[in-house]
Amino acid sequence: MSDQDKDRSMLLQKEMLAEHYRRLEAAPETREPVVYTFVPGNLTELIRSFGALPVLPEINALQSAMRGKSQGYIAAAEKGGHSEDVCSYVKCDIGMARAGNVGPTGTRLPKPDLLLLSYTGCYTFMKWFELLREEYRCPTVFLQVPYEGDGSQTPAMRAYVARQIRETLIPALEKATGRRYDEDRLKESLARSRAAEDDLVAVLQSARKTPSPIDAYFGAVYYVGPIFSAFRGTEEGLAYYRALREEVEQRAARAEGPATPAGRLDAQKYRLVVEGPPNWTHFREFWRMFAEEGAVVVASTYSKVGGTYDLGFRHDPADPLGTLADYCSGCYTNRSLPARVEMLERYCREYSADGFLVHSVKSCNSFSAGQLTMLREVERRTGLPGAFIESDLVDARYFSAANLKNRLESYFQMLEARRTGAAVPA
Amino acid sequence: MRCFVGIDLGSTTTKAVVLDEASEVLGRGITNSRSNYDLAAEIARTEAFVSARFRLLERAVERAAGRETLARLLRAFRLEQMLTQLSALRGKVEEEIGKRPVPGQKALRAAVAAIFDGIVAEEEARFLEADPPARSDFFRDAAGSAYARLAERAAAASGGAVTFDALLGLYDQCIVRVENEPLELGFREHIGQALERVGNASGVREAVDAAVDAPLDPVATVGTGYGRARLPFPKEQIRSEILCHGLGAHVLFPGTRTVLDIGGQDTKAIQVDPAGIVTSFQMNDRCAAGCGRYLGYIADEMNMGLHELGPLALGSRRPVRITSTCTVFAGAELRERLSLGERREDILAGLHRAVILRAMSLLARSGGIDDEFTFTGGVAKNPAAVEALRRLVAENYGERRINISADSIYTGALGAAHFARRGAAA
Repeated sequence: MSDQDKDRSMLLQKEMLAEHYRRLEAAPETREPVVYTFVPGNLTELIRSFGALPVLPEINALQSAMRGKSQGYIAAAEKGGHSEDVCSYVKCDIGMARAGNVGPTGTRLPKPDLLLLSYTGCYTFMKWFELLREEYRCPTVFLQVPYEGDGSQTPAMRAYVARQIRETLIPALEKATGRRYDEDRLKESLARSRAAEDDLVAVLQSARKTPSPIDAYFGAVYYVGPIFSAFRGTEEGLAYYRALREEVEQRAARAEGPATPAGRLDAQKYRLVVEGPPNWTHFREFWRMFAEEGAVVVASTYSKVGGTYDLGFRHDPADPLGTLADYCSGCYTNRSLPARVEMLERYCREYSADGFLVHSVKSCNSFSAGQLTMLREVERRTGLPGAFIESDLVDARYFSAANLKNRLESYFQMLEARRTGAAVPA
Repeated sequence: MRCFVGIDLGSTTTKAVVLDEASEVLGRGITNSRSNYDLAAEIARTEAFVSARFRLLERAVERAAGRETLARLLRAFRLEQMLTQLSALRGKVEEEIGKRPVPGQKALRAAVAAIFDGIVAEEEARFLEADPPARSDFFRDAAGSAYARLAERAAAASGGAVTFDALLGLYDQCIVRVENEPLELGFREHIGQALERVGNASGVREAVDAAVDAPLDPVATVGTGYGRARLPFPKEQIRSEILCHGLGAHVLFPGTRTVLDIGGQDTKAIQVDPAGIVTSFQMNDRCAAGCGRYLGYIADEMNMGLHELGPLALGSRRPVRITSTCTVFAGAELRERLSLGERREDILAGLHRAVILRAMSLLARSGGIDDEFTFTGGVAKNPAAVEALRRLVAENYGERRINISADSIYTGALGAAHFARRGAAA
């Protein structure tokens, strides 16, 4: 996909990201403090209200993979004793740190002043930060975020997380940055988050239209990038989502499909709902397998890993710590299997899907555990045909293009045959 | 006569099926896929048309000269094909000897002459038998086992002038080249020579001529299997093997609702509706453990023919429990068990069970086993695999009708030919 095939918003985002990495590289000179944190349940507004810059290791890993750098990092981590079975995000990050901590865009990443884990649903995240703590010998905060096993957050769970933010995290941030907690600044930031979230939801829900003006999986990876990472609550983030929404609404008005690696996808033969993260090492090749067959993704769960805004959540400036607690608890993988099945079922209906697909990744148990059961259950409830394919996040060794293509083609032909089955002479 | 062709380019073998307008199978062809799909498709297709002509010829010859003469004519035809290939192989081997150091050439030539004369004599004797024992369909296997046997004898007779290894080396060097060259003579020449051989019984030549000259007009072709992208067909004429196996199984056994196909490098579990349209499927991902190649590897490890494995395993009294279906590990496990003094039959039975256990897991993932259940692919020819499957199906799903066709290896090509016919009718 050359730059001229990309949407304007994609280019805008590329600039934002490059600028962020440049700012991070300069941090040791500008003395801007740095906080490493993860995407699910990230507390970007709070971090930035202390004048600190966030670094998101999973984003570094996936960005490295998209630029063909992950295999070397993984090899370096394995050489250092990490097993082939360890999450490939972790190994990519560890390998990158060992290779001088040069980020995906070629700029050096600063050391953290604080490691902040605000989602404990992923056990690997904890071990990952333990490793980084060894590496950087810096203060670490682990927020304990209760799993929503019963499908929802109780008032006690909310209060528990909010109290940890107030009593543990804020003092730690004050100490690491040398700044006082400024609630007014946080509230302003949360108001900008809220406005951007409205725009994002409008963009994601535009896929209800036919043809869909967006791809809600591959394309949405770009759309959720800024809000899931360093830009939520910032002016740049706000401007990005305003521009994105405008772009998508214009496309919808012209009844155009999204830009894809196989050209603009106006003729959409199959509308799919997808569960699970994408593969990053062959991202465009993978996307092309869908686009070339005329398949557009109309809803995905991966585009909700950093917030399930389309289910109604918005950051609330009136209750800053409470809303941050809600946000930490509400990320997609902190939801129970029944809640995830319900989401998928709802997407299948609301987005008039022809089928749904699970892309299961070897690295991530938070996602993969239970996916087969989910597949069967969604199939049963919606009557739509499901499919199951497997690869990995950033370890190219688990991406078998011929096999994936074979399964996808079979699946699309199956959808076609079922659609026209009755009309075919026996 | 209008006819329809299906070609299945599998990882191990390439199959072709020719249908007439009444959807009756006119002819079938099979060959090794090698690494040359274009050639494999050409050979399988040619063979399918040859057997289609035979089908036309059968009735005519049977009417003119009786079943006995027909059977002899068919055997004579196979013999002519075999002799042509043997002569090609002999030419290559002699050419190869010419490149060796001169002092050893004479002894090698004498040994090779003895081997080939011996094979020709055996083949001619085989032709005279009314009911020769079954053997592999492939030239490589049939010629290879005779060559190895006679080479041992020739080496012994040479009094040390020629070694068995040197003779076998010549075979290995030349067999691939012979396989990769299409047969020089086609149906017309071979049938002419075969007729001479059976003595030109009255009326037979006229019947043969009529069959040879009958126009066969392939109006539509559909390709499937791993090599399908190699076929010079438009996209509409390419179908995934999942759909083709589903439809093929439905054609063979119209009551089929669940299909298991175990091929060379993949295992497919398919659910079909009453019209043979696929509703759900699962395939092995990431790894081809437990597929047909696994058994091929085991046969090599045990220095046996692939078709000998199953019958030997059926002699097991106490199957060994083997859990690994990793092809490479299985070799180690096999040697370990042999060194512990386990019986070969019991080890083999355990290996077959391990293959089927993996298939059972895929079947469960695809939605279980419904009545009727059709087992296809090369592994369905293996009686020990079938036995293990029957037992595990009964244990897990209770009474199920299990269908296995003698022609199950052609299921994909059959489905493809039916898609070709449907496409032409639509």
